[in-house]
Amino acid sequence: MIIDHPLLGPRDAAEFVYLGDASLIDRPDLNNPEAGKEFFEYLYLRDNPEGIHRELWYHEQGDRSWLVVTRNTLTHEILNVELARQVALAMGR
Amino acid sequence: MWRDPEPQQHYDVIIIGAGHGMAAAYYLAKVYGIRKVAVLEKGWLGSGNTGRNTTIIRSNYLLPGNEPFYEFSMKLWEGLEQDFNFNAMVSQRGILNLFHSDPQRDAFARRGNSMLLAGADAVLLDENLIRKMCPFLDYENARFPVKGALWQPRGGTVRHDAVVWGYARGADRLGVDIIQNCEVTGFDIQDGVCRGVETTKGPIKANNVGVSVAGSSSKVMAQAGMRLPMESHVLQAFVSEGLKPCLPGVITFGAGHFYVSQSDKGGLVFGGDLDGYNSYAQRGNLPTVEDVCEGGMAIMPMIGKARLLRMWGGLMDMSMDGSPIIDKTHISGLYFNGGWCYGGFKATPASGYCMAHLLATDEPHHTATAFRFDRFNKGLMIDEKGVGAQPNLH
Repeated sequence: MIIDHPLLGPRDAAEFVYLGDASLIDRPDLNNPEAGKEFFEYLYLRDNPEGIHRELWYHEQGDRSWLVVTRNTLTHEILNVELARQVALAMGR
Repeated sequence: MWRDPEPQQHYDVIIIGAGHGMAAAYYLAKVYGIRKVAVLEKGWLGSGNTGRNTTIIRSNYLLPGNEPFYEFSMKLWEGLEQDFNFNAMVSQRGILNLFHSDPQRDAFARRGNSMLLAGADAVLLDENLIRKMCPFLDYENARFPVKGALWQPRGGTVRHDAVVWGYARGADRLGVDIIQNCEVTGFDIQDGVCRGVETTKGPIKANNVGVSVAGSSSKVMAQAGMRLPMESHVLQAFVSEGLKPCLPGVITFGAGHFYVSQSDKGGLVFGGDLDGYNSYAQRGNLPTVEDVCEGGMAIMPMIGKARLLRMWGGLMDMSMDGSPIIDKTHISGLYFNGGWCYGGFKATPASGYCMAHLLATDEPHHTATAFRFDRFNKGLMIDEKGVGAQPNLH
């Protein structure tokens, strides 16, 4: 797979480390009354879809940026690549 | 070998998935006397992960939640061919887990003791004994010299599709309906009670429904509104051209991730790490192929002379702690078996047996009491590798 890095251009996926579902950006607030349940779901439960999946990749062998990659889990086709920082800012985090 | 029936309108138990599910149906009928059972298979028998594994059996786990279960499975393997009267080519040639450093020797000695406590067999071998068994290993490797191994003589390999054929024939003769090319498209759930399934062959009612579709668990259970502590990953495996007998049994590399055995046809069957990203594609990518081959070259350079015949990818239910789930769900009458990561094949008999026990009695089998859904919420994870909730590291 080739990941088209927004800053560095196309890079081999072997340069990256995979973390998982991009929902991991949206960490629950520890002070919420339901925080126990929310952290259980955040840490352990996944949608794990067949098809379009947004996921976090870390450019360990490169510029060490975190990326949000939108990829089809059925075909391995990469549809979109964003800087995770900008995704997080857009979410108001 | 078995009938090809049309589904009836109602069963006592429906089992989805004819891998572990076929074993479950066999034990339900044979041990628990429940014979009005249907096994629904999306494709044909052996088309899923039954045909996508590396056929290794072993019971060399560390943790008390796991080891008694896998040893139960090993004992079932040992009596399996007599039990279902079919030649599954169970071949207990042993499994050697190589170690390459002093701390790793200590860790393996601890694991061996844990295995002995659960009634399994384990022998700590030094380098000289392994040299006699496996003269071809790279003992003087500069980075990872072979220092010894934890040996389980009762480990080995089994002919993978003969297992499901044996279970299928046995279950069919006891009255179980095996319904192939029948994909489940939904569950009939009313007021928190599961009363049956919707399928491509129409609705089928049942008192109890068991799901054992590891690899696709998230997809199927989403139809019941459940999110699982799992990711689906692809694991690749490889077979070389047929060679004369050269490996005494299963050998695993302790410093990287590589395992190899020799099939009865002579091919070297080997594999290594997951590709590491969510996938339902049943095929992987080249970086992992390279990594696996490097692992092979590191411990047994002679493998470089063999040509690769074929390779494939299978879907793994990678759970959040690397251990499986065999449990009820919050929906009455709906039971779940999955999360086998890449250790499902060796577990087949015990997985089926424990699933059958759960479906028949509504209580977990005594070797499978730790494989619960709520262990993540309660902090009772069974994490053999101790890497936390990161499925691609298990």
